[in-house]
Amino acid sequence: MADVDRAAWRRRSALRVVPPARPRKLAKVPFVELADGRLQGVVSSGSDIERVYVSSVTSGSHAYHCSTNNNRPCGGLRGAPCKHLHALADEAVLQYGIDRVARYLRVEVEAGVDTGTGLLRRLDARHEPTPAAVVFSRFLRHLAYLELPGSTAPLPELHWFPATGTAR
Amino acid sequence: MLGTQLAVLCDGTPAGLTDALDVVAGFDEALTDGFARVGEPGAAALAAVAGALSATPLGDRVAEAVDKMTAGSVAREHLVTLAGARTALLGAAHDALLGRFDTAVARDRAAWASTASRPPEEHPLDGARAWLHEVAVTGWRGVDHELLATAGAQVETLLPVPALRRLAVLLDGLAAELRASVPIGTMPRVPTRRWADLWTRGTLLAHVPPADTGSAAAERVTGRLLPLGADVHEHDTAVQVQVHGILEPADGSPPRLVRTAVGAAKVDTIVGPAVWQLLQAHPVLLAALAHRRGLTVTDLPVSGGDLLWQDDLVALDEPADPFATARVLLPTAVAAATAPLDRHPVGIAEPVLLEGYAVRDDDGSLSLELDGHRIAVAVDRLPSCGPLTAELVASSSACLGLVRWDDGWLVQPLAVQATVKRRTVAAHNGDWAEGVTDPKVAKAEARSGDVVAVLRERAGRLLRK
Repeated sequence: MADVDRAAWRRRSALRVVPPARPRKLAKVPFVELADGRLQGVVSSGSDIERVYVSSVTSGSHAYHCSTNNNRPCGGLRGAPCKHLHALADEAVLQYGIDRVARYLRVEVEAGVDTGTGLLRRLDARHEPTPAAVVFSRFLRHLAYLELPGSTAPLPELHWFPATGTAR
Repeated sequence: MLGTQLAVLCDGTPAGLTDALDVVAGFDEALTDGFARVGEPGAAALAAVAGALSATPLGDRVAEAVDKMTAGSVAREHLVTLAGARTALLGAAHDALLGRFDTAVARDRAAWASTASRPPEEHPLDGARAWLHEVAVTGWRGVDHELLATAGAQVETLLPVPALRRLAVLLDGLAAELRASVPIGTMPRVPTRRWADLWTRGTLLAHVPPADTGSAAAERVTGRLLPLGADVHEHDTAVQVQVHGILEPADGSPPRLVRTAVGAAKVDTIVGPAVWQLLQAHPVLLAALAHRRGLTVTDLPVSGGDLLWQDDLVALDEPADPFATARVLLPTAVAAATAPLDRHPVGIAEPVLLEGYAVRDDDGSLSLELDGHRIAVAVDRLPSCGPLTAELVASSSACLGLVRWDDGWLVQPLAVQATVKRRTVAAHNGDWAEGVTDPKVAKAEARSGDVVAVLRERAGRLLRK
């Protein structure tokens, strides 16, 4: 990295520190995040519109889990990540890019691996139950943003957050 | 803007600016390391802040806070005082820079009319104050997942309170950046100025919450509003469209340079043109942008240069080409002063019209050159919700934009006129306010489906159980 670049980061106010999420379809996997030391998210059930699955892969240990939001274990977990985990990983790669997901999970991927499924195959993964409630409540909190009323008073602080063109 | 005006704008830096920013930079480095143990460089940086403020009304308090902090006691009141000191330094920088701009383009600016002070209201701010204090003690390098988890809880408390929305939006944006950057100790480059800016503004907003702008607006205006362009701001959970325009008051007083902002909460997966869907509560404003129409406003509240948008007090008027508005009215329109606590160089956003320039392209960084004088184009500020692209700007012959300052002068295009296949086309940031009009982009958009509808369906089904 050039010194000029590093100096500019120290002296500029309006920077996009984290690249915006890339656009993706949300129908199957409405929620993905890299948080709490996990790649985690919510996958809509293909058969029951009321049901969702909560899936996660832990950074470092690569323990994975999938269950309904009521903690009923996913029937697809038979010694290997289920289709929900594959969908979660694929959508995470679309949203964040393979590099960011791999770095967060602490897994080495060679050139040519460009899908979440490919990434999961690189993991020395094992199943380990984790509670779904935390992730599910984060998803509900995420959805609650859409219920907040808008504002017509100026928010001067948003001048630190200019919209950028990288999302298109 | 003429070449001669650009020359005045960019001729060296205003007196004292570099020194003031060096003092700020010292403070920002100290904040990166945290104030838990102030080392020698930190002590020197704090002493420089005290020195810079010594002749001001804040002088004694800053000196006392610096003494105490250097001795190892980091009380909350001392941090608030330092946030005030840093705000004053950047406020002075803002004034010098804006003064330079006004001189360069001969822009008239009204003086700030002080608003009546109101009794402080009770707000749930203890948690946010404690978090900002903890961050300053730890420093950016010491921020961990645990500290960030508590930020989330604070944002949840603040967001529903309209008067605290500014602070909530700031903290949410800052926390998301920190979350993605942890561990910050191993970050190749730390945005020290930026994060210190956000910490400082957050600390002031948490201790002196501003009066709700809506109720603070004493003045109301009636007349014709001619939009110049839309400036779009967003982070993962917020979007704001700020429309700059010229108000011709019905009472015959001189035209005023004004702006109006509408915003919405969002989530990170709503990006690009989809953000317009979140602003559908303001159909008149969106229609004016999409169809380049003027507006009539009747008794609309205004605070300084900020019109407080209310769709029911506004109606669509005749077509109004923003380039024509800028040519005819911008040179004589009277600008408003910035609210005292909002004075910071990042807030400088002055509409200008540039024509007859040559575009220089140095490895992707564009600049506009007029009579041998140059201004850089903020290419990274072309929003994905509108049609402007770097290629379009590079082929443009006229540019309606905002002059900004971020470690140097920049122009942020809001609209350009360009020659494409021997036809003159105009593209404006707000062109897609009612939907994407470019078939190629619309097709790409269709691939990700209607994200807002999907999330609303999920919210409807899962939130109200």
